[in-house]
Amino acid sequence: MSAPSLTPSKAGRPRHSQPPPAGPPSPGGSFGRSLKRNLTAHGFLIGAVLCFAFFSWYPMVREFFLAFQKTDQGEVSWVGLDNLRTVFNDPAFWQAWRNTLLFTVLALVFGFAVPFVVALVINELRHGKGYLRLLVYLPVMLPPVAAVLLFKYLYDPGYGLLNELFGSVGLPEQQWLQDPDLSMLSVVIASTWMNMGGAALIYLAALQGIPGELYEAAELDGAGLLRKIWHVTIPQTRLILSLMLLMQIIATMQVFVEPFLLTGGAGPEGSTTTVVYLIYQYAFNFNDYGAAAALGLLLLVLLAGFSAAYVKLSRAEDE
Amino acid sequence: MRSARFRRTRRAGAITLVSALTLTALAACGTSSSDDGGGSEGGSGSSDPAAPLDPKTKVTITIDCMPPAAKAAELKEWKEDVKAFNERYPNVTIDGRSTPGQCLEPPRFTAMLKAKSQPDVFYTYFTDLPQVLDNDGAEDITAYVNEKTVPALKDIDPSVLGSLEHENKLYGLPESNYTMGLLINRKLFEQAGLDPDSPPRTWDEVRTAARKISGLGEGIAGFGEYSAGNTGGWHFTAQMYSLGGEVVDASGKKAAFDDELGKQVAENLHAMRWEDESMGKTQLLKWGDLQKQIATDKLGMFLAAPDDITYMVQQLGADYENFGMGPIPGEKNTLAGGNGYMIKEGISPDKIKAAVAWLNFKNLTVGRGQFDWARKKKDDLPVGLPQPNFWLNESKRRDDAARIEHATMPVENFKTFMDNPVPGKAEPPKAQEVYKVLDNVMSGILTNEDADVGQLLSTAEQQVDQVLATQ
Repeated sequence: MSAPSLTPSKAGRPRHSQPPPAGPPSPGGSFGRSLKRNLTAHGFLIGAVLCFAFFSWYPMVREFFLAFQKTDQGEVSWVGLDNLRTVFNDPAFWQAWRNTLLFTVLALVFGFAVPFVVALVINELRHGKGYLRLLVYLPVMLPPVAAVLLFKYLYDPGYGLLNELFGSVGLPEQQWLQDPDLSMLSVVIASTWMNMGGAALIYLAALQGIPGELYEAAELDGAGLLRKIWHVTIPQTRLILSLMLLMQIIATMQVFVEPFLLTGGAGPEGSTTTVVYLIYQYAFNFNDYGAAAALGLLLLVLLAGFSAAYVKLSRAEDE
Repeated sequence: MRSARFRRTRRAGAITLVSALTLTALAACGTSSSDDGGGSEGGSGSSDPAAPLDPKTKVTITIDCMPPAAKAAELKEWKEDVKAFNERYPNVTIDGRSTPGQCLEPPRFTAMLKAKSQPDVFYTYFTDLPQVLDNDGAEDITAYVNEKTVPALKDIDPSVLGSLEHENKLYGLPESNYTMGLLINRKLFEQAGLDPDSPPRTWDEVRTAARKISGLGEGIAGFGEYSAGNTGGWHFTAQMYSLGGEVVDASGKKAAFDDELGKQVAENLHAMRWEDESMGKTQLLKWGDLQKQIATDKLGMFLAAPDDITYMVQQLGADYENFGMGPIPGEKNTLAGGNGYMIKEGISPDKIKAAVAWLNFKNLTVGRGQFDWARKKKDDLPVGLPQPNFWLNESKRRDDAARIEHATMPVENFKTFMDNPVPGKAEPPKAQEVYKVLDNVMSGILTNEDADVGQLLSTAEQQVDQVLATQ
């Protein structure tokens, strides 16, 4: 069987081929009429627009200019591409990008798949769904710093619970956060545990919106569990999965708190230095706000590129 | 004709009058500009900068870092000092400016320099000098500081005074200094059968002692080192200095640690961590982590400055009695720092003289001001820590004796450190950026048993060269 398309049929789309009938001219034109009709709505919008303007858009615009300026507190001077040169010449620059990409890939493998599987399991349960939902969501309610410090104790090579467990079943102790080969993976596992509750609930909501008859039809066709997931669940949740994928890429590329608290930022031999940690170093250790803004701009451009590519791909698919 | 003559005469009179008024005004401007922003208000100071301040001179000087109300005992002492100073200089008004928290927060300090809004006498870290000079912030006080104005001048450690000099010109006077030494936990030393009154003096002795202390078990580490948050690089630098090495060469443009001494530092640490297992399993530590370990009797030794002990006692509830200090092992050089006061560029000579007189009274006189240990003891402030101590010769002998006499802690615990001063050496240029790179060397050594020491140093050297090239 094929999954029903989620795009509205052409027949159902509003037609705009005919121009609207010309009415009597009004002083404000159609914009004025629309404004008057939606006055209350616009009133409500103003607050949000002002908040976004002051706290989101203005800092973004300011950052753009800052990337080409040198600021010595009160004094600002234009330095062209000097800040970008500083950033490119930093020995940690490429390592930070490699680490960030590694974190993103690992976070997608773990952070994307695990919550989806958890949501599938909860969705299949007949009893205790509510309790399990609560249990899965519990870590999200912990303050991030507390959750990270909890993992720091778990991972401690001297007296950590994880090595105790390994020892009790005869496995060799590991240097979790202190081994350059394991450090990033350990950070990803902690991060996944902290954040999976929210993602799992979103997947669960999407799963519960799938009509039961589709599964019944699939069962009549002789589909087993895996085939049902492949042919019904995934196509039905495709849009939410794509959206979560994009959001996860954007969020994981800005990772900072977990490596900063677990490994002191850079990690063994710089193995957990991320791009945002480097921005933090420029801004708050070296007081070089221009270089911090330049690196932030590079990250912004990359993430904007991801978003644009995603929007284009999803549009092409819809059409 | 007559009227024309009369007009000419009138014009000549007017010109004479205007000229006279203009000259008077110019003369007045000259007087005022030579005073440059308010010099003496009614005094008649000597024009010789080397002469001490005439007590009749009337000036007001603003001074940074008066203790805030929250530091009641320190504020009381400040007020007492102002009163005592005014008995000698009744016409000098000391206008103290107090800041909550620490005296110098770098962003606020930079902004103040840019805006030229620093007080007449402003507080600086030794490492601030280049920034202050770049901003034309400090007066060259070489001519004002001599044995008449600062009688104990010859007894101030030249390496401390040198931190406030540039191209043979003096730009400030010190208030406090620190040098790194080896901080020990006396209780663990005794338990391990070591003599806490005789801390290790070489890195080999440190290694032997660390093995014995970690042999106590229960997760106790013999020796601890940082390797995160740029503090690893900072301590690698201190260890290099201790062996007579450099991190950046004299030109300030090239890294200088990928050599035999660099390898010695790195290999010694690697061996202590992995062969002796005397440095504990938990690494990637940064400032504060080792203090917690030693305060809770989980660590035997680490490199520190004496003010770390104050932090451990006041913030972590440890006891002064449990700690001791020896000089930095190796003893060739030690990483040094400190703070002092500079005098704002452009203020009048009388104000400069008043500032020097105040700084001499408050910070540079044995037995007075900040060195009045008897009063500190009475006011329940700590007495007996080895630093600040920038004295030499007779001043050192007198100050050390007074510290011992009024000590509120066992000063003999710091005897080895005090009796064996190691020459101080300032931090390298672009210190934080250099330390960031060197963190990788330290974390590599301490977290990777198979670390290739040569490779770590060589990569770091290339990276530091790159950092220094973009100065």
